[in-house]
Formats: sequence, C-alpha cells, structure tokens
Amino acid sequence: MWAHFLTSFFAASSFVILFNAPKKSLLQCGLVGMLGWVLYVAVRGEIGEAPATLAASLLVGILCQLFAKIYRTPVIIFSVAGVIPLVPGGMAYNAMRRFVENQYDQALQIGAQTLMIAGAIAAGLVLSEVLNQMMRPKKI
Amino acid sequence: MDQKTSIYETIELCLLAGKIMLQSGAETYRVEDTMVRIATAFGLTESHSYVTPTALIFSTSGEQPAKLIRIEERTTDLHKIAEVNSISRRIALGELSAPEAKALLLKAGAASFNYKLPVQILAAALTSACFLIMFGGIWYDFAAAFIAGGAGFAASVYLHRIVQVKFFAEFSAALLVGLLGLLFVWAGLGREFDRIAVGSVMPLVPGLLITNAIRDLMAGHLVSGISKGADACLTAFAIGAGIAVAIIFFH
Repeated sequence: MWAHFLTSFFAASSFVILFNAPKKSLLQCGLVGMLGWVLYVAVRGEIGEAPATLAASLLVGILCQLFAKIYRTPVIIFSVAGVIPLVPGGMAYNAMRRFVENQYDQALQIGAQTLMIAGAIAAGLVLSEVLNQMMRPKKI
Repeated sequence: MDQKTSIYETIELCLLAGKIMLQSGAETYRVEDTMVRIATAFGLTESHSYVTPTALIFSTSGEQPAKLIRIEERTTDLHKIAEVNSISRRIALGELSAPEAKALLLKAGAASFNYKLPVQILAAALTSACFLIMFGGIWYDFAAAFIAGGAGFAASVYLHRIVQVKFFAEFSAALLVGLLGLLFVWAGLGREFDRIAVGSVMPLVPGLLITNAIRDLMAGHLVSGISKGADACLTAFAIGAGIAVAIIFFH
C-alpha cells in the first residue's frame, strides 16, 4: 500500500509538469492525485472498477474545490492532476492494441470499459461542481 | 469603464482570450464563459460564442460581422489557462482597460513553458516508472520503464518538431517504447513486457482527452465532445499500433 501512496504522488505531480502547471502548486497536485488513487485502490476490489473510479473522482473534485479556494488557483489545475492516475489512458491503449492484433472481442470489451471509466470520472467531477454550487452561500 | 471601448476592440479582445485558452486546452464551457464575460464587462450584453476544438466563432448583435479564428495546434498548458482566467476576472471587476487587458493577454499568450525540455523528459520518465508500480508492476522493472518512458516522450517531442503529422510522431514514439521494452526484457533488465509497455506509454496516451470529451458531451457541447473523442481514439490507435508493430516484428 505504501508503494501506491508514494508512486501515485510522484506520478501526479510529475505528470502535471508536462502540462506546465505552476511550480508552487506541484505539491498540492501530487496530494490530490495520491488521495484519489488511494481511495480507488482501496475500494475497487469491493465495488468494481467504474464505481470505484466514480467515488475517487468525486473525492478529487471536492478536494479540488477546497484547494482552489485555499490557494486561489483555478480548479482545473488541481482537477487535471487529481484525475491523471484515474484516467483510462492505458486502457484505451490496450483496447487499440488488441484491435491491431486482431483480437476484436477483447478490444471491444476493453473499449467499452474505457468509456465507462471516462464517464465515471466526468460524472464525479460534474457532481462535485454541482455540490459546490449548492453549498455556496446565496448572495441576496 | 471610463473611456468608451469600441465594439471592434472588444471583439478582438474576446477572440484573443478565447484563442489562448483554446490552444492551452481549456474546457469548452470555460472558453465560452470567458469570452462572454469579457464582452459583458465592456458593455456588449448580447454576444454569442461558438467554440469547437478547431475553430472559434464570436458574434455580437449589431452591425459588426461575426468573426472566426482557426485553431491549428492544441496543447495542455495549465499556466496559460490560469493567467487568462485571472485577467478575465480583473476585466469583469473593471480593474483593467481594454488596451491594458490586450497587452496582458498578448504577454500571457507569448509566455514560454515554465519547465525546460530536460526537466519535462525527466518528469515523463518518472511518471512512466510510477505508473508501472501503480498498475501492479514489480520494482525490478522500475528502471526499464523509467528509461523507455523518458525516451518515448523525448522522441514524440522531437518528431513532432520535424514532422507536423501528429499520428506519425505518436506512432514512432510508441514503436521506440516497444523496441526498448523488448530489448530490456531480452537483455534481462526487465521481466514483464506488457506492464513496462503500458507504464512507458502513459505520458503519451490521451486519458485526459477522453475524459474531457465525455465532460463536453455531458455539458451539451456535442460537436466538441465528438471531435475530442475522435482525436483521442486516433492517438490511442497510433500508440497501440506502435507497440503492436514492435511485438509482431521483433518478438
């Protein structure tokens, strides 16, 4: 488990370097990515891949809204970092690789799973935005 | 606003802000939002923007014709998105005049990357190696994924500079990753080829693009969502094909 903590932290914070994230937010980016991934790993055995992804991206979304307020940085910087460990890039690659290797049944199966996971991440982020808007005190 | 800003100037400003955001990979709704917010701040209450990944159309009711900007190249640049976002906020608060805002936007648009290329390659290498472990790989393969991932990313950046075809750059980079992975396994420096390969291609794969495509679709930006999805599929195909070719010919 400690390996997951360590590697997901470094994976998220080094990946956002490729996306030119501001230097001062690298630590927080890594933290958001790590917490999302650890939750995903912890629950995926019990509830399955897509629901675990949904839970993790919801947590990431809420953390991002919080961090964005604390550090006065746009939400997108943290949310990109947070979902990086979760996004099904490796899965999309696997699906396409099966296509090229003529294993069409497996390719379709992995492809559908990719879409489900991408949908779960998107839904989690949208849900956290909605929650944030509901919690915000109304201006009169 | 003290001085009256001409409609033409405002439209130019909106388009400039929109263009920088879209080229930096901002979500569609954020681009449209920013443009309308700037327009409203300068007194154009009725404006429409239509944003797709390849072009941006902005029109105001009145005599000015609608204007279109073509977007050739898109990357992800979080720093620029944050900059333009804060500039547009200051415009909305009335802190900036049109010429000031234009100067700031031009400066933000021309800003270079925060990190030098060697740092980026190191970051890509570290990402690859970390993903290998996260996907259940063994620490023995850490170095192999580190080198293959870094080399793959460096190759994709370099090839993208000399050939403008994205598909070719991604395919060749994945081919290189596949060959390096096979070489490491053959030489005994790595054990599980599949895990090394999937870790090493992580800096190249379009995971974020797929997720953004679905977010756009959910938000009702159908054209953007579909075209981003097609882009992501093509990239995933290029990478999958690169690795598969390496396996088929050299295994």
